Amino acid sequence: MRTALHVLLFLLLPPLLQGVINRVKAAFAGRRGPSVLQLYFDLWKLLRKGAVYSTTTTWAFRLGPAASLAALLLAALLLPLGGGLPAPVSFAGDVILFAYLLGAARFATVLAALDTGSSFEGMGASREVTFSALAEPALFLSIAALAIARGSLSWTAMLSGQMQVWHLFGPALAMLVGALFLVALAENSRIPFDDPNTHLELTMVHEVMILDHSGPDLAFILYGASLKLFLLGAIVMRLALPLEASIPAHVALFVAGMLVFAVVVGIVESTFARLRMNRVPQILIAAGVFAALAVAVILIRVGA
Amino acid sequence: MSNVGLDLALILSLVLSLAVLGTSRIGAAIRYFSLQAAAVALVPLLIDTRSGTLSVHAFVLFGATVVLKVFGVPWLLNRSVREAAVRTEVEPLIGFGTSLALGGGLVALSFALAQKLPLPQKPGSDLLIPVAFSLLMIGLMLIVSRTKAVTQVVGYLVMENGIFLFGLLLIEVMPYLIELGILLDLFVAVFVMGIVIFHINRAFDHIDSHQLDTLKD
Repeated sequence: MRTALHVLLFLLLPPLLQGVINRVKAAFAGRRGPSVLQLYFDLWKLLRKGAVYSTTTTWAFRLGPAASLAALLLAALLLPLGGGLPAPVSFAGDVILFAYLLGAARFATVLAALDTGSSFEGMGASREVTFSALAEPALFLSIAALAIARGSLSWTAMLSGQMQVWHLFGPALAMLVGALFLVALAENSRIPFDDPNTHLELTMVHEVMILDHSGPDLAFILYGASLKLFLLGAIVMRLALPLEASIPAHVALFVAGMLVFAVVVGIVESTFARLRMNRVPQILIAAGVFAALAVAVILIRVGA
Repeated sequence: MSNVGLDLALILSLVLSLAVLGTSRIGAAIRYFSLQAAAVALVPLLIDTRSGTLSVHAFVLFGATVVLKVFGVPWLLNRSVREAAVRTEVEPLIGFGTSLALGGGLVALSFALAQKLPLPQKPGSDLLIPVAFSLLMIGLMLIVSRTKAVTQVVGYLVMENGIFLFGLLLIEVMPYLIELGILLDLFVAVFVMGIVIFHINRAFDHIDSHQLDTLKD
């Protein structure tokens, strides 16, 4: 029952976040903007269409979208949503598997992009890999900090009952929230790292890799991207707003928290400009240094 | 139970020193320093509340630090930047990304070192010594890795904030006179450096200290 509710939440909610972000951006620009449910309509439309495959592509191109979505869905099974919704699958070390499932999803997308033989997509692939290589230390250091603070290597223990931990390690956790928020923005190719609205510019990262996908494949990729935003957002949200309640109330609380996260992302996207390409690594290194600082502070407290 | 306000002030000063390291604008670096001085100035008040009453000593220290370091010194620095009409970019010897990563390494080193240090008495917070060490090291790094005289002065000031935090270790036994003397010295030093920057600029049309070691006649 609870597992079904958990699965239902992470299957149905992700496209809504994207809709909320777009609505917030539209409100900032003084427009009405598309419906909050727009991505659901887009996905439904794409799923009914056929896919077009270029003759230069091989099986790697066809495998890419499905493999990356599968990896992301597996990762979603490892993440607890708090309260009465523990992760359906949980064991010591599932945080590492989670991080590498995100990596595997990225690898499949990159492989499919390289398979098209287009130099444009190759450029996007190389950027995606470079930036994620820089974001990964920040992600792992944040995971390490949480693991040391909670004495556990499983998301279920690391993301539950945060209140006492905030008392002990408050400033360190605040830095972790900051670092993980930056990682979430970078991993999902959002402003300040990349503008998801640009489709034909030389500076884009994620969008350029999926130019040749169409039909159901594109639907898988769009849905996978929104799921990834949902997963990383859920981690940030559970850390920043560690509220718990019993089951019906907690679902409402969780959805409200995710909407707050989407609104914050929308505000960031409306008020910041995209960074110059060569400034991106610096911000990611800063996120890593933040996470490292949190590790140092938590280590001192745990040792004492 | 840890003191959340004190933790916040100490970590804020640490993060701001990293911000000084990562920024490419002289004006922003001076602003970050001034914010850091404000965070550091709060520490004597927060430390004292732990042991019960707020002493006059802590208040005088707080007031003098705020007047001199949060307002006085940044004003002097901004003035000398304006008078010397220097370009407002920092121009480091090593890139910003690299210096941030190195700064993170130095912070880790300071945290490790602070654990090993034998202390005469227990510090007010377990973060006090590591943060003081980190500010010292980051300040030193700013001095050696930047070419503009103004940014080197900011590095020196960040270092002085670290020394100030070290001094708080002895807040109960150290007489005011020493700390106020240090603050006055600092003020005079920055004042003199402001004049020196102006004169270097007059003589060479720039304040790049690296070209001072090539002698000419």
